[in-house]
Amino acid sequence: MTINWRRVALSVGAPLIAIAFALLVTSLVLVSTGDPVWSNAKAVWDYGTTPRVIALTLNQGTVYYLSALAVAIGFRMNLFNIGVDGQYRLAAFAAAIVGSHLHLWKPLDILLIVLVAMAVGAAWAGIAAALKAARGVSEVISTIMLNAIAGSLVAYLLRKNAVEVAGSNNITTKSIPENGAFPGIPLIHNSTLDVYGFIVIAILAGIAYSVILGRTRFGFDLRATGRSMTAAVASGVNVRRMVVIALLASGAVAGLVGMPQLLGGDTRAYSLDFPVGLGFTGIAIALLGRNNAVGMALAALLFAFLDSSSIILDINGVSKEIVLIMQGTLVLSVVIVYEVVRRYGVVAEQRRVSRLLADEPPAAPPPSTPAEVTA
Amino acid sequence: MQAPTGVAVELHGITKRFPGVVANRDINIVVRHGQVHALVGENGAGKSTLMKILYGMQRPDEGTIQIDGREVSFHSPSDAIDAGVGMVHQHFMLADNFTVLENVVLGSEPGKAGMIDFAEARRRIMEISDSYGLDVEPDRLVETLGVGARQRVEILKVLYRGAKVLILDEPTAVLVPQEVDELFDNLRELTGEGLTVLFISHKLDEVLRVADEITVVRRGTTVATVEPKAVTARQLAELMVGSELPTPETRESTVTDVPVLAAEGVTVRDVDGRALVEDVTFTIHRGEVLGIAGVEGNGQAELVEAIMGMRPTETTGRLVLADEDLSREPTRHRREAGIGYIPEDRHRHGLLLESPLWENRILGHQSEKPNAKGVWIDRAGARADTQRIIEQYDVRTPGVDVLASSLSGGNQQKLIVGREMSGTPKVLIASHPTRGVDVGAQAAIWEHIREARRLGLAVLLISADLDELIGLSDSIKVILRGRFVADVDPAHVTPEELGAAMTGAGEERA
Amino acid sequence: MSLVGTPPPATEPEAEVSRWNWHLPRTGWPFVLLALAGLIVLMSIIRVITGADDLTSSGTIASALALSVPIGMAGLGGLWSERSGVVNIGLEGMMILGTWGAGWAGYQWGAWTGVLVGIAMGAVGGLVHAVATVTFGVDHIVSGVAINILGLGVTQYLSVIAFQGVPGAGQSQSPPTPDIQTVSIPGLSDPLLTLQNKHWFLVSDLAGIARGLLTGVSLLTVVAVLLLFVTYLVLWRTPFGLRLRACGESPTAAESLGVNVYLMKYWAVIASGAFAGLGGAFLAIVAGNGYREGQTGGRGYIGLAAMIFGNWRPGGLAAGAALFGYTDSLQLRSGDSSVHALLLLIGVPLVGYAVWAAYRQKFITAVFAVVVGAAALVWYFSTDAIPGDFTTMTPYVTTLLVLALASQRLRPPAADGLPYRRGQGG
Repeated sequence: MTINWRRVALSVGAPLIAIAFALLVTSLVLVSTGDPVWSNAKAVWDYGTTPRVIALTLNQGTVYYLSALAVAIGFRMNLFNIGVDGQYRLAAFAAAIVGSHLHLWKPLDILLIVLVAMAVGAAWAGIAAALKAARGVSEVISTIMLNAIAGSLVAYLLRKNAVEVAGSNNITTKSIPENGAFPGIPLIHNSTLDVYGFIVIAILAGIAYSVILGRTRFGFDLRATGRSMTAAVASGVNVRRMVVIALLASGAVAGLVGMPQLLGGDTRAYSLDFPVGLGFTGIAIALLGRNNAVGMALAALLFAFLDSSSIILDINGVSKEIVLIMQGTLVLSVVIVYEVVRRYGVVAEQRRVSRLLADEPPAAPPPSTPAEVTA
Repeated sequence: MQAPTGVAVELHGITKRFPGVVANRDINIVVRHGQVHALVGENGAGKSTLMKILYGMQRPDEGTIQIDGREVSFHSPSDAIDAGVGMVHQHFMLADNFTVLENVVLGSEPGKAGMIDFAEARRRIMEISDSYGLDVEPDRLVETLGVGARQRVEILKVLYRGAKVLILDEPTAVLVPQEVDELFDNLRELTGEGLTVLFISHKLDEVLRVADEITVVRRGTTVATVEPKAVTARQLAELMVGSELPTPETRESTVTDVPVLAAEGVTVRDVDGRALVEDVTFTIHRGEVLGIAGVEGNGQAELVEAIMGMRPTETTGRLVLADEDLSREPTRHRREAGIGYIPEDRHRHGLLLESPLWENRILGHQSEKPNAKGVWIDRAGARADTQRIIEQYDVRTPGVDVLASSLSGGNQQKLIVGREMSGTPKVLIASHPTRGVDVGAQAAIWEHIREARRLGLAVLLISADLDELIGLSDSIKVILRGRFVADVDPAHVTPEELGAAMTGAGEERA
Repeated sequence: MSLVGTPPPATEPEAEVSRWNWHLPRTGWPFVLLALAGLIVLMSIIRVITGADDLTSSGTIASALALSVPIGMAGLGGLWSERSGVVNIGLEGMMILGTWGAGWAGYQWGAWTGVLVGIAMGAVGGLVHAVATVTFGVDHIVSGVAINILGLGVTQYLSVIAFQGVPGAGQSQSPPTPDIQTVSIPGLSDPLLTLQNKHWFLVSDLAGIARGLLTGVSLLTVVAVLLLFVTYLVLWRTPFGLRLRACGESPTAAESLGVNVYLMKYWAVIASGAFAGLGGAFLAIVAGNGYREGQTGGRGYIGLAAMIFGNWRPGGLAAGAALFGYTDSLQLRSGDSSVHALLLLIGVPLVGYAVWAAYRQKFITAVFAVVVGAAALVWYFSTDAIPGDFTTMTPYVTTLLVLALASQRLRPPAADGLPYRRGQGG
């Protein structure tokens, strides 16, 4: 089927163009500061393909992927859940607190902790959902506000519930007992570092995302709402309910974002230095991966690879923050390229269709007088 | 009336191509000073493109434009404005949250020391308003104005820029009859002052009333220029569509006495509590087409949305479909119960433009076979059924995978009709089903509606095309300001009489 | 996409009169002055009751003013952009660029050069946003997010290159920058201080406020306040501003009258970035002592919040920035107890508002307001202090409340955030 190939070419070509552009910009920056491009790129590649760093990349990629999934659920419906950041932090904190008090059966402990995280993430997103459904408040603004509120709230609650880390300014929650540890997987040969067991959950979440959105009636309704709210309403979608469900689902998945680190890390606790900003990385990855389950996985791995392997640059005397420039440029160029390609695709197809139809012989003239029709 | 004076505008050999279509081909028009010159043609005949060319919004591929005998070349509306050409758009180009004054002066503000000279602006606006009887208040917010007043603001905008030639694109589409009369009075004042008006319309009675000369456009080219005194509406219509004039007549009655869809006291109120639709009651029987006639904006759209359950919080009243009370049911269930829906605005309500045709087949029928199996979407089923629709309804497309936006309006509409006739619908709600489609598709869609009637569906037909309404309906109700004000028998009514009923003259008769 | 609610439906003639009257008493200088006077009296009463003298002390007011400036500048940035129809959540990133530019240029070539470079870097951020949204038609939110990511990345990278190894600097901060001089109205400082320290009802409050606003003010603050008025004049009184706002209300109308919509949007978004950059420069040079990573602390977002709070108007925006700056200042100066007194200031008016809303038969709003108001009062009477974290939340919670309670009355530009392509009109 020629049409599909054309579309596939466009959708694979677009991110490649963006990546090429980002590489170009990054190279230019390096050149302008007098750093060699090729040897640094090679250093990054060599270091990035060592077993331990591959494991690191997979771990970081797991986290990024979950965050991107959370964002993408909203995106597919034209909802901008900018609030994944606040949702996962609050969720991870709550999970850490609950988890530190659990002493049941190991699988049950883990399940409960994860469920708590999902519930808290969903609840925090639920505030934005309620405001949007009841008062028409844009989720963009409300989730930005809720991010900041979550930050302060977590800081406050952490101080109230904290134990101090000896010899530092850091404060932390009590550790979750061994029971709550999500077992790692020695996936990478020769690596001392296990891969988060949570990678399995992330993959399952990706499959579920893909199947639910692409193959179910619910997914169709959600995508239809994203494509055209008015047409969805006319087709019988309860858009208000859809907004609430999508934001709750997005928040629930956002609740998972902190779990790999919380349950698979060494301290199993929420501390002041728990990672922040993953929600925004998730937005970037969802954009780069075009909300496609596989695309986002590749994008997450790319970002994670850049993050974990760039440390070598510092050792080589190049600032590793060059990666941030590359990621930023990538996001910006990717959205521009996608928009241009999308518009080009629509126009090109219109042309193609009218050309194909022009070749067809015209159909017989329609019946045009009442006599012909009814007699 | 006027002696044939000098030529104000002359378009010669204008041709404009878009990818895949020729919108205008060898257009020739001569417009004289101080006249109302009407440009008539079907939807899609290329009138709007032509006017955009004359107003500098688009550039012709071939041909010349002369204003007052001087050849001009417009690159933007500003060029046209400078040459004394102004345009009153069909959809008002007004910022609601601006005052009348701000809307009028925008782009050519009187200045003093870099600031807008509001006093001067007010003075000039009042001067124009007074001299043409436009009755405009400069400091009102536009959002507080009614439709007629907004149109006068639009005209004032054009005059304020010193236009000598005014283009009015379908100016009466949104007006109630009294407002149309006022508009025509205004136009006469304008031409009396020596201005020239180019009046675009497809409403022939209005054109015949107001124009001094009429040019007919068909399939992108000018076919004739006539004087209103020398033609009848019928002749004009035939010029518009070519020699064969399709009429949507339905002959043998298939009406039964089995009620299918009954509405009782349906009322729609907006957030301020004003009634958009008030106490509407009707029953449609098996095999019956009920037509609703009315000037646009009198509650037709709201009534349809109320029936479809798209305004749940604003609607009161009862809706019964074959003994099943749907009054409280959501849209989805109403569709499942057997209501097919051809929406007025297919781009907004009928299609996912950037989705393939087979996904559009599913739209509105997400829960029905062959689109769904339980909670799953049945892709294969939907695709196969899309192919069936394409063949049965003559949708011109290379396949089911093309995006809906790639199809022409007529083919999009045929797809929608095919979709809504799928399954076993009991009711078909057709809102302006042939708006903006080509003549061929129009005839096909009429035939499908007749077919629906033969199959025993109850059809609710809303249309602004009175011939269509009279031709297809078994009975017609006239809606005015949200209420049914008259019943009309389509067998014994002319478009003129129906038009009169729509203006409220029918209120006494009803 | 409109940021707030659904716009009111087009009004038809019948509703003309009522709608028109409804807007009248809510505008104009008399209303503003009256509200301001009422607020000062209320604050004075609360100060006397609670004994939280810092509520109106000159120190609090002065620092509130300083803290309001960056928020206000970010808000003005948002205003310029959104009035032209481009939603700008990239303000934070542009502000970060501003802080860096100011720090980098400031320590080398003086404070004012720093300010200019900060403005310029913010404007570059704006330019990028304009290219993406106007020329390429990218979704405004998406582009804004990307710019925030990029702004952070660029400054972190540049910092390492520009500051590492420079004395007094590090990889996340610039060397100290010189200060900008302050100005005072002469002869006021001491008498007003004396007056303020008497703690008389109203008189001392007025003295404190006057002293805070009129003495020891940074010149850049003066510039910022002037820019507020300049913005009003330019956007609401000049042809340029009318055209710019027309692009935000109805770009097709603007285009049909020969306005170059793309160009206007470019100017607006670049100006937006410049304002955000100025806000950043203020943070680096006046509020801080050079660039530091993370210095903006989300103030770009708070600025956006202030703009929404202010209903996309310069005056309202200033009020929002002042409110957020003031709570910040109270927190910084006297910690938890003064802010505690603010609960009264929130609770009492909210309960009053609830009564008014109930009178107007807006029951949902009334219930919501009474619940929040009562919660504030209960909180006040059951505690002695508010933790600082809650003060930090104030701007955000306030904005959410405003959105929840008054979203029907907020009036964003009609075409705000909507994609616009040239020639789509007609």
